[in-house]
Amino acid sequence: MARQTDLQPVAGGGLLDRRLFLKRGLSFSVAVALAPEALASDEERLPWMQKPGEPFSNYGQPSLHERKTIRWTMGNSMAPGNGVSWTPLQDLEGIITPSGLHFERHHNGVPQIDPDKHQLLIHGLVSKALIFDMQTLLRYPMQSCYSFVECGGNSNAGWRDEPIQTAVGYFHGMASCSEWTGVPLRTLLDEAKVKGRAKWLIAEGADAAVMNISIPLEKALDDCLLAIYQNGERIRPENGYPLRLIVPGWEGVLNVKWLRRLHVTNRPTMARNETAKYTELLPSGKSRQFTFVMEAKSLITNPSFGHKLDRKGLYQISGLAWSGRGKIVKVEVSADGGQTWAEAQLQEPVLSKCFTRFRIPWQWDGEKTILKSRAIDETGYVQPERDALIAQRGRHGYFHYNAIVSWEISPEGSVSHVYA
Amino acid sequence: MFMRNLLFCFCLLLCHAAQSANVGPNLGKPAPENLVKSWNIDVFPDGEGLPEGSGNAVKGKQVYEAYCLSCHGVEGSGGSADELAGARHSLTDNPPDKTIGTYWPYATTIFDFTRRAMPLDAPGSLSHDQLYAVTAYLLYLNGIITEIDVMNAQTLPKVQMPNRDGFIRDWLPQK
Repeated sequence: MARQTDLQPVAGGGLLDRRLFLKRGLSFSVAVALAPEALASDEERLPWMQKPGEPFSNYGQPSLHERKTIRWTMGNSMAPGNGVSWTPLQDLEGIITPSGLHFERHHNGVPQIDPDKHQLLIHGLVSKALIFDMQTLLRYPMQSCYSFVECGGNSNAGWRDEPIQTAVGYFHGMASCSEWTGVPLRTLLDEAKVKGRAKWLIAEGADAAVMNISIPLEKALDDCLLAIYQNGERIRPENGYPLRLIVPGWEGVLNVKWLRRLHVTNRPTMARNETAKYTELLPSGKSRQFTFVMEAKSLITNPSFGHKLDRKGLYQISGLAWSGRGKIVKVEVSADGGQTWAEAQLQEPVLSKCFTRFRIPWQWDGEKTILKSRAIDETGYVQPERDALIAQRGRHGYFHYNAIVSWEISPEGSVSHVYA
Repeated sequence: MFMRNLLFCFCLLLCHAAQSANVGPNLGKPAPENLVKSWNIDVFPDGEGLPEGSGNAVKGKQVYEAYCLSCHGVEGSGGSADELAGARHSLTDNPPDKTIGTYWPYATTIFDFTRRAMPLDAPGSLSHDQLYAVTAYLLYLNGIITEIDVMNAQTLPKVQMPNRDGFIRDWLPQK
């Protein structure tokens, strides 16, 4: 049983000690608090207990009852392969995004690549230009990294004058997290022997846009990965099959899908996606360029827009935090619009440049209130309030919006997005 | 002193171990020179990588109207795709107008991107002459060159874009 002291708030608005749900003996009282008024059925044997179930399947699919857990797609009507699809963060838990729900940003559709015809070329400022086919790459020692990929344009609705009223995935879901497995990029660059004056690497994909982008060599030699597997299976076509560059913690556009060429150079190529796009206009009229790192961000995914709290009582607030600079060290949650904050529990293991799940118990008193979360990473960077971010960057940068997200809970239990 | 030296040696060993963990089986095949040449389509602001060919805005208008207008609109604006020309606001206005003329820092990027990705329904289908011509037309629409200026591997890198100095590098090499 919960002792009365366990249910004492640790911050305003009814936030409780983050360890509450972890304590032995508390699960029962919590279950009672959350139990529905009536059971769904009192039949002794429900229909699926009265006949044999479905046979085996070659590739498992989600339950037919989870058909609403999908990527929302937004293609250009004139060019259906140019657009995005969003991860439904509001429907997911834990830290790994199912591969079929990983967000997409394509510039001209998903190429259907025959792996037997796919090759990777490394050339430029190297002692020997090398070419690798997929069978050869599969012979190399592999490593895994758990890494989020986030589009530089994720959360850009936050710059708007009015808070967008849409599911959290349709607002912040151009971010996903996977286990990526493949060959460290450094292994192949070392094999080709990079020359001393090299400073950049231009990566290019084998899609219809032949998308390319420049990456500092320093990062390429640090922790980049030539990924062949995603969440244990070969990468899905829409995520770069058969080969994708993973650039942990940096803008999604650098994580070139369908990777076919790496050009080692002494300067950037000044591609469209590092000049006209993925640069951020400041109030001065100047623009920030090469803003690679995705700064720390957090958001409460449950409850969030579209969820409904059916009564006052005990809830678990759950959300995601991540930082392109390294590990998340702390996430604080407020249930009184930012007046007081309490530390949330971080799900172990907490990994660098990876989604980090946070949770905290909350006793909702049925009154109108505002929920917020803020992330702090291992460099000491604190996720900013929206006003502070706009004071620094203006409102026309489009990319790199990472301000604190506020959800207002109405007395009826509905959740809306507010600037607060 | 001895201990400090020992510690230093130990650190060196650790670093070495971290690097040697990346050693692979060295299975890469030497890439033939002609393969590198045909695959490498990177173009740089100084003109490196630009192919032979040429064109001006008069010819470019025909290319634009045949392949670009349906998405990008008449004279580069008002279409379903990105606005390329015809800015009515500056970068400090609300809202700002980001076109090739007000925003793009390098003229070579127009050629590079168009060759890679455009037109969306048939990328890679334009000849180098057509690409130089349509690049010239876009520069002309933005008031950067005249209708008869010829764009080629020598002239294109020399075009001074209005927003050439409009960028601040956020990332700088650590060394």
